[in-house]
Amino acid sequence: MAGKTLFEKIWEKHVVKIIDNGPSVFYIDTHFIHEVTSPQAFNGLNKRGLKVFRPQQTVATADHNVPTIDQHLPIKEELSRLQVEALIKNCAEHGVELYGLGHPFQGIVHVIGPELGITQPGNTIVCGDSHTSTHGAFGAIAFGIGTSEVEMVLATQCLLQSKPKLMRINVEGVLKNGVVSKDIVLYILSKISASGATGFAVEFAGSAITSLSMEARMTICNMSIEMGARCGMIAPDEKTFEYIRWREFAPQAEAWDENLVQWKQLYSDSDASFDSEHHFNAADIQPMITYGTNPGMGIGIDEKIPTKESINDTDKSGLEKSLAYMGFEQNTPIKGQKIDYVFIGSCTNSRIEDLRMVAGFVKGKKKANGVEVWIVPGSKQVEAQAIEEGIDKVFEEAGFILRQPGCSACLGMNEDKIPAGKYCISTSNRNFEGRQGAGARTLLASPLTAASAAITGVITDVRELLN
Amino acid sequence: MGKAKLSIVQSGFVPINIENIDTDQIIPARFLKATTKEGFGKNLFRDWRYENDDEAKPKADFPLNQSQFSGEILVAGKNFGCGSSREHAAWSILDHGFRVVVSSFFADIFKNNALNNGVLPVQVSEGFLQKIFEQSNVTELIVDVEKQTIKIGSLEEFEEGFDINTYKKTCLLNGYDDIDYLLNLKNEIEDFEIEKAF
Ligand code: SF4
Repeated sequence: MAGKTLFEKIWEKHVVKIIDNGPSVFYIDTHFIHEVTSPQAFNGLNKRGLKVFRPQQTVATADHNVPTIDQHLPIKEELSRLQVEALIKNCAEHGVELYGLGHPFQGIVHVIGPELGITQPGNTIVCGDSHTSTHGAFGAIAFGIGTSEVEMVLATQCLLQSKPKLMRINVEGVLKNGVVSKDIVLYILSKISASGATGFAVEFAGSAITSLSMEARMTICNMSIEMGARCGMIAPDEKTFEYIRWREFAPQAEAWDENLVQWKQLYSDSDASFDSEHHFNAADIQPMITYGTNPGMGIGIDEKIPTKESINDTDKSGLEKSLAYMGFEQNTPIKGQKIDYVFIGSCTNSRIEDLRMVAGFVKGKKKANGVEVWIVPGSKQVEAQAIEEGIDKVFEEAGFILRQPGCSACLGMNEDKIPAGKYCISTSNRNFEGRQGAGARTLLASPLTAASAAITGVITDVRELLN
Repeated sequence: MGKAKLSIVQSGFVPINIENIDTDQIIPARFLKATTKEGFGKNLFRDWRYENDDEAKPKADFPLNQSQFSGEILVAGKNFGCGSSREHAAWSILDHGFRVVVSSFFADIFKNNALNNGVLPVQVSEGFLQKIFEQSNVTELIVDVEKQTIKIGSLEEFEEGFDINTYKKTCLLNGYDDIDYLLNLKNEIEDFEIEKAF
């Protein structure tokens, strides 16, 4: 009998039933909810006269649309306030735990799940946000769902799902100096495109992946959705178990030992087969940056913006449209491009390691004149840790502004918007037209590359500053 | 609960010949603040539709603003609906009056969200899609859910089949939704939970 993949091992354990010629009824262990995609689901539930089926398996936070300054004051923007109030009311009525504004566990949903030890190997995890794929870094099946599906999970703890095809992306070897996990994922995206994994569940493997810390692994799984993947995942190992061990909701005592036995079975068997496989070499990866308006439009920092002739994608018309929006020319270098804003945050890169990496790099340096730098921690716990380690002081001296936790300029829903026409180098995950504000121009990069642009005021090869 | 039934849609269409249309273009994040599902249609493709976000200034070259294009069918380039999982994208399409979206490729989450709201994503070949975009005269598309076919006008030679799983097809034809189905399985789900715990 052929072996099983990591995905299949978890999938099979969660199928309640298979509908003839249709999808499977798929059981969800953990459901995260937030203020933006849950109100309509609760309305639906109330209309049907239902209660949340398993409130203990549901965790709520307020992140997408909260202000990132003066969080202790009432929310000024009326619609945001209404969404947050609706969440408070819905959670209270249905007995769902809420880590809302003011709670020491509040933060971006994909940052707090792992940080609290709620995200565990072998679990099925969903949330009404596409970057739920982040949790796959722990060897979980984790994916984003729409609001009707949020309602389904609230009502029944199940979803109807068809089994996706399986892809493995292997990255072998050692990363060069100045290259970090964000560069790996931007590099993969530039090679396979923004639709290269559509319909697939992707497992990331290889020595370059296993050598990463848990937080760096999350950055990779986070952006698997940008390849179109249903979810991204990495087999759990000792680093994973170590990361979870003493966290708030980690299993304790015998439960820990029992879980560990199960978790250690979670890997793809050597004879398991994938529908598609890619191989990359870590040594080929440079610090990456995007020049266009989808995350697949990335290049090495020393490279020139491609021309219509040089891209093999079918998306040639897209190139012109993107460059017109970005105000860039074909066949010109991206290094040296002036920037106006630096955003270090989002569920891709707002964890304590990201902040430490940036602080380590900028210590003793100052931001360039005319550049506005926002650092938005992923959670209250990240913020508290940064303050404890004195990272806030480093930022202050560099002229960076440390804000309060939330999604912020990742999606420009609250007041943290980039003005039209301005350039923002951002550690978030999407550079779509208008994502950070109408007309805003986003360049995606790693925290190190973003920090080096903050110091010089232009797109810079971080390696030149490291030496 | 349920949705409006969908069996045959014969209608004019609105062609948007752009690839990789992401959900931020379909409905920009600044319009996601409502707590109900209605009223999103007027902000569909907001930033492509109006000059400077001003409803008094529709962009004349955007198909949604061109009077020769109308109907219940939206036709768009490859990889439609990529990006964020916001269901608001499907709501705004439905609220605008579309019941069918035709493309040569759909992002996964969008496809599910559309079906959950009674909007049918019809995936056709790239060649067929280009054929539709080439139609300069006003014409109709005919989508038959039962037979799983799409036709351009009455031209018999331009007909193609599309896939839809049997379960979803039954839902569309009868106007059920997944929640109705799952609620009937409560006992099985509870049994599963007990078994899984051991
Ligand atoms: S930080 Fe951005 S991508 Fe992450 S959950 Fe918030 S809005 Fe979504």
